Amino acid sequence: MTAVEIAGAVRSGEHSAVEVVEEHLERIARRDGGVHAFLHLTADAALERAAQVDEAVAAGIDPGPLAGVPVALKDNLCTRGVPTTCASRILEGWRPPYDATVVSRLAAAGAVALGKTNLDEFAMGSSTENSAFGPTRNPHDPTRVPGGSSGGSAAAVAAGFAPLALGSDTGGSIRQPAALCGVVGAKPTYGLVSRYGLIAFASSLDQIGPFAETVADAALLLDVIAGHDPADSTSLPSAPPSARAGLDRGVEGLRVGLVTELTTAEGLDPQVVARTREAADALEAAGAKVDEVSVPAAVYGLSAYYLIAPAEASSNLARYDGVRYGLRAPGADITEMYVRTRTEGFGAEVKRRIMLGTYALSAGYYDAYYGKAQKVRTRILEDFDAAYQRFDALLGPTAPGGAFALGAKTTDPLTMYLNDVCTIPSNLAGHPAVSVPYGVDAGGLPLGVQVLAPALGETVMFQVAATLEASR
Amino acid sequence: MSGWETVIGLEVHTELRTETKLFCSCANRFGDEPNTNVCPVCLGLPGSLPVLNARAVDYAVRIGVALHCQVQPSIFHRKNYFYPDMPKDYQISQYDLPIDTDGWLELPGGKRVGIERAHLEEDTGKTTHVGGGGRIHDADHSLVDYNRAGVPLVEIVSRPDLRSADEARAYVDELRAILVATGASDGKMEEGSLRVDANVSVRPVGSTAFGTRCEVKNMNSLRSLGRAIDYEVARQVRLVEGGGEVVQETRHWNEAEGHTSSMRSKEEAFDYRYFPEPDLVPVVPDPAWVDGIRAALPAMPAELRRGVAHAAGMAPESDAVVTVVRLGLEPFVTATVAAGADAGLAVRRLANEVASEIGSLANLGPEQFVTLLRMESAGDLTTAQARTVLKDMLTGGGDPAGIAAAHGFEALGGDALEAALDEVVADNADAWARYVAGEDKLQGLFIGRLRGATAGKADLAAAAAILRARRAAGC
Amino acid sequence: MAGMAQRITTADVAHVARLARLAVTDEELERFTGQLAAVLDHAADIEALDLGGVPPTAHPLPLANVLREDVARPGLPREEALAAAPAVEDDRFRVPRILGEAP
Repeated sequence: MTAVEIAGAVRSGEHSAVEVVEEHLERIARRDGGVHAFLHLTADAALERAAQVDEAVAAGIDPGPLAGVPVALKDNLCTRGVPTTCASRILEGWRPPYDATVVSRLAAAGAVALGKTNLDEFAMGSSTENSAFGPTRNPHDPTRVPGGSSGGSAAAVAAGFAPLALGSDTGGSIRQPAALCGVVGAKPTYGLVSRYGLIAFASSLDQIGPFAETVADAALLLDVIAGHDPADSTSLPSAPPSARAGLDRGVEGLRVGLVTELTTAEGLDPQVVARTREAADALEAAGAKVDEVSVPAAVYGLSAYYLIAPAEASSNLARYDGVRYGLRAPGADITEMYVRTRTEGFGAEVKRRIMLGTYALSAGYYDAYYGKAQKVRTRILEDFDAAYQRFDALLGPTAPGGAFALGAKTTDPLTMYLNDVCTIPSNLAGHPAVSVPYGVDAGGLPLGVQVLAPALGETVMFQVAATLEASR
Repeated sequence: MSGWETVIGLEVHTELRTETKLFCSCANRFGDEPNTNVCPVCLGLPGSLPVLNARAVDYAVRIGVALHCQVQPSIFHRKNYFYPDMPKDYQISQYDLPIDTDGWLELPGGKRVGIERAHLEEDTGKTTHVGGGGRIHDADHSLVDYNRAGVPLVEIVSRPDLRSADEARAYVDELRAILVATGASDGKMEEGSLRVDANVSVRPVGSTAFGTRCEVKNMNSLRSLGRAIDYEVARQVRLVEGGGEVVQETRHWNEAEGHTSSMRSKEEAFDYRYFPEPDLVPVVPDPAWVDGIRAALPAMPAELRRGVAHAAGMAPESDAVVTVVRLGLEPFVTATVAAGADAGLAVRRLANEVASEIGSLANLGPEQFVTLLRMESAGDLTTAQARTVLKDMLTGGGDPAGIAAAHGFEALGGDALEAALDEVVADNADAWARYVAGEDKLQGLFIGRLRGATAGKADLAAAAAILRARRAAGC
Repeated sequence: MAGMAQRITTADVAHVARLARLAVTDEELERFTGQLAAVLDHAADIEALDLGGVPPTAHPLPLANVLREDVARPGLPREEALAAAPAVEDDRFRVPRILGEAP
């Protein structure tokens, strides 16, 4: 059952939320041993919450648009009293004293949180292999990765553990695992969803977004979590666009641009390009006007991203110092304590990015690296703006290829980073993008295509995505 | 130290008198139980985000306007360094785009000191050192209270325009008065709500190039600021005259031992890796809003001094005028002027009797003060009596006439004064004859005897007039 | 250094590790240096770009003046504030001895 169906059935009293949650918990119990989508399950709380939803329905109170819908939460979202680790030793056992805004919004909409999902440590990675608590496996093939960093959330939806999940996307961390797991995953416009309670990786790029099996479910979840939050200074004050408003409109007359730089990006599997072209054809067949478009500065996205994101991360992750929460390793003086705590608490990828970011910000290199990357960001925005003068939405591949084998890309960080080459430009621009499953590779593994839209263009983005979904 | 010129620039941090912290809604309150005014934001908990306090911005603009600064669009940066009093291990501060730039402050003597900038930033928590007598270096371990973490500060950076410890003190005194007048700060240096760091260098007299400077920290009073500067100047001159070189560094003032010492080991490199704070957006003050703040600001001390000086017929930099304004007593002068009483007398009484009992000021109302001045001017009270009555008004309250009556203070005048004078004249008949004959200076003798005979109650001005009249009449 | 930063060295990596309060073994130092150099080499494409007149974008949003009313709200109860601390003494966070004054 989709989230839309579950919510409808629960609200009408046709289905009990407790039954829905029990079914999903059962599925998790049966299969998550082999997938490892979850780091922490909150089964008792979920059943209790589901019972409240059922009571509300019985009492004639509408529990909300996600009534009784099970949701999985990436473990970088703060949940009051529930362990929140970022898949890092340094936060092992930490229980936040507060809920992230999105978590509160889900609860207010009648959703039922099942637990916390695995991720690359502090969301740094593209395979979920950087989790301190062991990797997640792709439900389509357990020898392969689910993508990352929100691999646990993507796998949870793909495995049917939850119809909906939340992830966070800094350089592709929702869209790339969605593609690799064959589910829908969207990164909203920067500022559309509150970041309050999302444990920061790169603050100017991070956005929370939905995973779902269907485009309509993803749109439903986004509409619940979107909207202004006074606790986040970067939250947009305007009324959010409706992600669902265009789902049934089709694409007749829409202008869709196929982004040259994304279909010719370095390291792309030709099968991915082939699926993307098929998607373009499908849109054309559905009445859209499709043309090639160039976003020239997009080719510099990867370089800019791997300077900006680590720079912000190096600062965001300074607070893990063993003083107020989390791991502390003993030290004779405070500096020794800091060094031992952080050295023991962080994994190799996190250390690598902290050092890279520290270097990019350090005296003498700021202008050459961070400063320059910020200018590239301006260029990318300008080039996207130019493209959106002519097109309503853009199209490209999501990931360079299908799910790869565990361990295949762990030795060379740069190879791993190339996974984000098609997704990064949207983060740098702050624009929304959604990955929709589109065909499979030669091994039968799912591939995804990406619909990109201008800032606050969620309505048209989901409109195009729905058409693609229907054309499969 | 002859042959050397001192160059000083000051960095003054002032805590703002907001209800809440700079980036969260925790109370900004001094002296509460440790770690009771804290939340996810000011504890730096993962996932928390800052939201800027509107009143802190308002205060920063007031300060900028009061210091004749440009109030400009500004952004926040992160200043990255590890220290346990800083919950995020970075400080959110304004860096290359501060809210206030390029202003000036006028010292009472008329000298203008340039203000390079004033910017908003967050305060750190408070660290207590346990063991080793509470000194950081000898401590066994330390304890951190984050109540102060995130309290709003404005840092005001002067240009290196100050030339002596005295000038530095006068600058801080004046700045403090301005900050208090804007309502932005309580100006309490001893409680740490006003903190001063001094950049000190020396150069040969006549040189226009700056010497290498040292930043001196940890002065907690105006007195220690002066001592620290004097010490540091002497140290640098001694060093340079001995053929050495001043090393640019931060030095810690030790109040008990009266010296400065280098604060950190040399191998520890500091690289703050400033970058724009991505969790906040720019602050762009609307010019109309800034103008509104400018219009609503009360008069600043320099202006008040000019007003008081004008009313009293004194120089603005005179000690009495400076004292009256520094103590916030100018409303008494205004009341005096409004009542048509003697403003010069008012300033003298305020700068002396009132200033020495300033703690009891609440007992003194402007109307009673003016009444007292009138009594003195009219000769109903002598100067000595007026002083005594004013002291009593300050310590116990009450109206001047009542207090004067209770003391039996009535200036001796009219028939009683004539009678007293008769007696003095009769007792000094010879002198009187000579006075009538033209020996003017003898008037003083009669006045003196009269004062003695009446125990200071005689209205001496009136008595002198009577003496002159009697002589003219030849009797 | 006309636009091009010099290639990162093991000394640079040791320096940034110290700034970031991380310890690295000699073997890690070599490995991290090679990996960071590879990423920075990739970034050479933007180093070579002429972006003279281009303003930096720190943020994709055109927002300004996001302010909060100065009204106090209760924060965390002290027990919750201290609950996750590795060491507490006298209701304060306890830390090992501090070697230097704050900068």
